[in-house]
Amino acid sequence: MQITTEVISPAPPSRFRSKWLKRLFREETIVAWIFIFPSLVGFITFYAVPAVRGLMVSFTDWDMLTPAKYVGLGNYVRMLHDADFWNALKVTSLFVLWNISIQTVLALLLGVIMSRLAKSNLVRSILLLPWLLSNVVVALLWMWLLDPTLGIVNVAIELLGMKSVAFLGLPQTAIPTLAIITIWRYLGYTGLLIFAGMQTIDLTLYEAAEVDGAGEWDMFWRITLPLMRPILTFVMVTSIIGSFQIFDIVAITTKGGPINATKVFNWLIYEQAFQRFNMGYAAALSVVLFLILIVVSFAQMRLFRANVVD
Amino acid sequence: MWGVLGVFIFITLFPLWWVLRTALTAPKLVYFNTNTLLPVQPTMVNFLRVTGLLDPKTAMEISGSQFSINFLLAFRNTVLFAGVITLFQVLFSATAAYAFARLDFPLRNFIFSLYISALMVPAVVTLIPNFILMRSLGWVGTMQGMWAPYILMTPFAVFFLRQFFLGINRELEDAAKIDGAGIFSTFWRIILPISQAPMATLAVITFIFYWNEYLWPLVIGGGVVQTRVMTVALGIFRSQNPSQGAPDWSGLMAAAVLAIIPALVLLVSMGRRLLDSIRFTGIK
Repeated sequence: MQITTEVISPAPPSRFRSKWLKRLFREETIVAWIFIFPSLVGFITFYAVPAVRGLMVSFTDWDMLTPAKYVGLGNYVRMLHDADFWNALKVTSLFVLWNISIQTVLALLLGVIMSRLAKSNLVRSILLLPWLLSNVVVALLWMWLLDPTLGIVNVAIELLGMKSVAFLGLPQTAIPTLAIITIWRYLGYTGLLIFAGMQTIDLTLYEAAEVDGAGEWDMFWRITLPLMRPILTFVMVTSIIGSFQIFDIVAITTKGGPINATKVFNWLIYEQAFQRFNMGYAAALSVVLFLILIVVSFAQMRLFRANVVD
Repeated sequence: MWGVLGVFIFITLFPLWWVLRTALTAPKLVYFNTNTLLPVQPTMVNFLRVTGLLDPKTAMEISGSQFSINFLLAFRNTVLFAGVITLFQVLFSATAAYAFARLDFPLRNFIFSLYISALMVPAVVTLIPNFILMRSLGWVGTMQGMWAPYILMTPFAVFFLRQFFLGINRELEDAAKIDGAGIFSTFWRIILPISQAPMATLAVITFIFYWNEYLWPLVIGGGVVQTRVMTVALGIFRSQNPSQGAPDWSGLMAAAVLAIIPALVLLVSMGRRLLDSIRFTGIK
């Protein structure tokens, strides 16, 4: 390492040293700025400024045709009285609960299976296929499968002697059904992530436990799960943040129905912005969503103490 | 254990088979034989209908619906949308990531933490203002309008690559400096070739992500056929279906099959790289 220092600033007479350093610093700085310039333009134009602008628009009443009208916190007050807002909160949270709880269990199961059995890339690729499909295709596919009269799922149900269920058409079943569709889409991907995490666990721990006479279940509960905590937290936090923002499937299948049973947050925002042209109110809703996600993420990180593996 | 695995595989593959089976069934026969495993009297007519290759009158007779998707156009648009974004986003994010990882300049850490904080912002918050911006630029209904917010960078891409660049052995760069290479050459000739794996990983993930994007392409490009991507085209096709009476299931499924084929091709050609990419992101 001493060699490096020599080359970069070879021992010059002391009165020249500051000049050398300044020259070097300047060149590196200029190149660095050139390197980050495109990303900086992108960041400022499409992330920073819009974020601020979104906040500002949320304080106005604006339909994009007539000039914006300043209303201060009016949109936020309106939100508190808006049944649609509270419904969206409830419905989206329900969706997240259904989705994450079932998905985590199944993904863990799949991860274990992948590490024990499915060594072949073929099987893993097959399981990954749903993740490659767009939400739109997945939605269409399941709309057909779950159709009350013709869908194969209901045909099978009737063959078993029970009555067919309008999965996406009943308010009580709509959200859980959407959750199951989403789980179908992401299970292979999530299972793979968990599997990757499991690979990092030291095998000798298992060997030692076996010697001590521990059973499968014990090993899973006492070794695998605790050591997986950082990965699990990562998977769960990103899944929860993603689930809160569900949109595509709703847009294709239920469009907020039946009777607002699937009017999730993003659908409400979309409806307000692009169907009712209440830009100000939609912006305010999106700001609130942002705040909710921040709270949820921090709560989770705290809850799972992601940095500590005991 | 094997049984459980079998169940997982079945649940994954059966719906896809069912889509294919329905797509191959004649429109009027969809209502009967709802439980046969194989298509009844398999036919390709749905594919012809849905891509607009069958004249509307015949299509109407066969299925009661004359709607179609301009499949080739939608495909081209999706390739343009996802491809161009992936190409430039990865490139510009790589240069930025290298600057954050290896170069020293004022405000470096501040700017980087700004980028990271943007990771937390839900898409919808910037969506509306970006839409307003595109509108005032007159870019709604244009490809550049669809590319704009994503083509220069994404906080995730910069973060991802910067983590990797941090881990590269410094001696390689020092050796280059001794040989007199400037920062540009070091980046171009040494760093990039070494980083092929993570950059390819990022490129694949990015491409898939934008291939499947729906909301932004809908809002910007959905109104004009020239800029409709596949997801949006499918959505529009679905909503064109008559609301009274049953939807055109065989047509919808044929469209779905056409949309699934590229994903299958991708899986078959890049399956192993995909699996490795995902495991890589998991470990990161």
